[in-house]
Amino acid sequence: MNTRGKVTVICSVLLAVLFAGSIMLRQQVEKVRGTQATLEDTLYLPSSKTLRRMSLGYSSLLGDIYWTRAVQYFGDRHLRGARNYELLYPLLDITTDLDPHLIVSYETGSIFLSQRSPEGAGQPDKAVTLVEKGIRENPEYWRLYFTLGFIHYMDRHDFKAAQQAFEKGSEIHGALPWMKVMAARMAEKGDDPGTATYLWKTIYDTTADKSIKESAAKHLISLRADLDMDELEKRAQAYHERFKAFPETWQDLVRAGLLRGIPIDPNGTPYKLGPAGTVQAEDPKQFPYLERHVAK
Amino acid sequence: MHAIEIEDLSKDYAVGFWKKRLRPALKPLNLNVEAGETFGFLGPNGAGKTTTLKLLMGIIFPTSGSAKILGKDCLDPEVKQKIGFLPEQPYFYDYLSAPELLDYYGRLSGMSATERKERIVKLLDRVGLSDVGSKHLRKFSKGMLQRVGIAQAIIHDPQVVFLDEPMSGLDPVGRYEVRELIQALKDEGKTIFFSTHILSDAEALCDRVAVIHKGELRGVGVVNDFRSSIAEQTEVIWLSAGALAAVTNLLTDTHVTGDTVRGTVKSADLDRLLEKLRQQGARLISVTPIHRTLEDYFMSKTREETKETVSL
Amino acid sequence: MTARLSAITLNTFREAIRDRILYNLVLFVLFLLASAPLFSQISIGLEKQMLVNVGLSSISLFGVIIAIFIGIGLVSKEIEKKTLYTILSRPVRRWEFIAGKYFGLLLTLAVNAALMTVGFYGALLIFIHGLKRADAMLLVAVYFILLQFMMMVALTLLFSTFSSPIFSAIFAFALFVIGTFGEDLKNFAAISQGAMKWLAMATAYIVPNFASLNVISRVVHEQNVGGNLIIFNTLYALLYSVAITAAAVLIFERRNLK
Repeated sequence: MNTRGKVTVICSVLLAVLFAGSIMLRQQVEKVRGTQATLEDTLYLPSSKTLRRMSLGYSSLLGDIYWTRAVQYFGDRHLRGARNYELLYPLLDITTDLDPHLIVSYETGSIFLSQRSPEGAGQPDKAVTLVEKGIRENPEYWRLYFTLGFIHYMDRHDFKAAQQAFEKGSEIHGALPWMKVMAARMAEKGDDPGTATYLWKTIYDTTADKSIKESAAKHLISLRADLDMDELEKRAQAYHERFKAFPETWQDLVRAGLLRGIPIDPNGTPYKLGPAGTVQAEDPKQFPYLERHVAK
Repeated sequence: MHAIEIEDLSKDYAVGFWKKRLRPALKPLNLNVEAGETFGFLGPNGAGKTTTLKLLMGIIFPTSGSAKILGKDCLDPEVKQKIGFLPEQPYFYDYLSAPELLDYYGRLSGMSATERKERIVKLLDRVGLSDVGSKHLRKFSKGMLQRVGIAQAIIHDPQVVFLDEPMSGLDPVGRYEVRELIQALKDEGKTIFFSTHILSDAEALCDRVAVIHKGELRGVGVVNDFRSSIAEQTEVIWLSAGALAAVTNLLTDTHVTGDTVRGTVKSADLDRLLEKLRQQGARLISVTPIHRTLEDYFMSKTREETKETVSL
Repeated sequence: MTARLSAITLNTFREAIRDRILYNLVLFVLFLLASAPLFSQISIGLEKQMLVNVGLSSISLFGVIIAIFIGIGLVSKEIEKKTLYTILSRPVRRWEFIAGKYFGLLLTLAVNAALMTVGFYGALLIFIHGLKRADAMLLVAVYFILLQFMMMVALTLLFSTFSSPIFSAIFAFALFVIGTFGEDLKNFAAISQGAMKWLAMATAYIVPNFASLNVISRVVHEQNVGGNLIIFNTLYALLYSVAITAAAVLIFERRNLK
């Protein structure tokens, strides 16, 4: 083979082998660093004002980048079952400083922040601060009021604040009528499970984020299960009133005409009938958001 | 073994917007150059001379064919040790001085440090650049650059030297000096292959010449044939066209104007023709031996149509 | 072979020097000296951090700029100016030419960075009055910057073998920016779907990973850089650079010059 042929072969081999090798090594490097090392590095920056200036006019692009980092940070830790997400708020703060109009970061980010740990960061107050910032910067975007109301209701149990949020939101041009409905419900039936169900259903229908959608679904079936079990316990009480004794099995209730068949939970598993007419789910882990029928 | 052996060497360029059309820069070339020969490669501008040299140097790659220098393929790096090349209107690293450039090239050609030291000084002297010192090449005139070019072509004492238009850009003194230099190289027994469109230079220096036109080799001739003092043919002009019939068979060429005939005859047949004309009573006007010059050869070769004539 | 290689390497270095590229060092020193007193005005107690930040970032940035400016012309200039004619007529192999150019530019950048580092330590001494053991970590940061140079030179050299200087500069600069955000590209790939996902993943692996070579923030806060990281990064940069240079050779071997 002449010189040129030899060189061609050697270089082609080098190119293929070494490049593949470099990719493998790169993965090693990333393993050693940790996937979010860049992130931790960047938080050493002085302030988002400086960052904004440094980005030379590409601040909204940088905002997008920070948003993706926030999502990855949250998702990564969530997957590993972390209980705290202390960098989440600073990240979201920087993101929204860089791009104040990045609505998704307010909407989705605040829910990540407000939900109870380990589902979320468990920082509803910080979540409120974030959404209020979003409202300041985007006053015509009424859906942020929904998010605000949701957080006040769900995680802070402050029905008055929730009502005010829904009220203000409903007054903005273009707001859908159910905002007014929500405001009313807050005022009258703050505690009602139906309200919670409605809120979660709205979140489920409107959110852009997969994990929030899943969370909403889980909340919904837990609410459903709680309601089911409320009703079942009522029937058990009715049985007790009639027979002066609590039912031992579901068949007892069926024979008494109080039930049509074995009651099953939203996942298709029968409920468990406990002592003194208490009802619980067979596998409580499937309903992580049960409020009432949880074992002590 | 020929010093240079070119076999069916050709180069086509893909042209046009989609690179579909082929423009032949060099049609299959067959040529041999013997060791110790000074070979001239003649042709008008754009004939394919530089293309041929670039192919031989491995600057471009052939579409087909091959070439051997001193028995080895021209692309073989080993053989490059024994050849030198002066490109047309050469460019060198303008941030270097002449001694630095020669030292660099010497290293690349495998010369040892002592060899380089010795030869650089002598060489700069030989090409008339002994007083340039450490001036950067950026400041050199065209003529000075040409001399540097020749120096770098021979610094490593190659056996075969390739020169592309070595006289270009030189004033008459410069051209004289370069001619002397090439003659000296010739006397050292080197094989010299040089392309030019200046016929007088070729005539003065070359043993053989090839004429190339429009990418095609038109002919190869021995220069001595054009310098011969013995004319191959003679031109005879006489009055009395009536004598023509008797001598037609002797003539290689005839022109008749009125009563005057201008005929060309092979010099060997001259005496017979003159005798016959005398017998016919023709009046001789002139007898002139024809020396075919290189120029004639060149012109005739470049005016010829090729075998594949392009129809309009 | 080594004689030719070293000749080309040193000549490339010489060309850069005579091109007055080292004048950038003067700029660097002036820049550092001018900005250092400003640091104490901006943030008390953060002088050293800012000096290290600015110093290391400048070494990196200046170097990358030089790598691009000289790199894009390494081969294309020689083809354009036809200086290659008298090189290729000599026993120089085409791959030796590429390798020599690579090492020559890398040498230039290394010398440049070394001089800057000296100046940088000097500034540290002057303004911070004294060095600590932890400051040896700064050398690791500089080493990583050199690894970045290794990859940048390979890339600009590659572009130089087939592209005109303007496009080479654009591609090289783009790769530098994308490489710096390499991790974010992978994040983006993780949250996207389908074709976009594969495209983002592929790009993330092809572009050089400058993100993990940037330990400036870490050394600013006097954190350690693990030995593992140093080894893996070195190997990564090495393999990547050789692979890209091999590609450059492949292209140049085949190229019909003007």
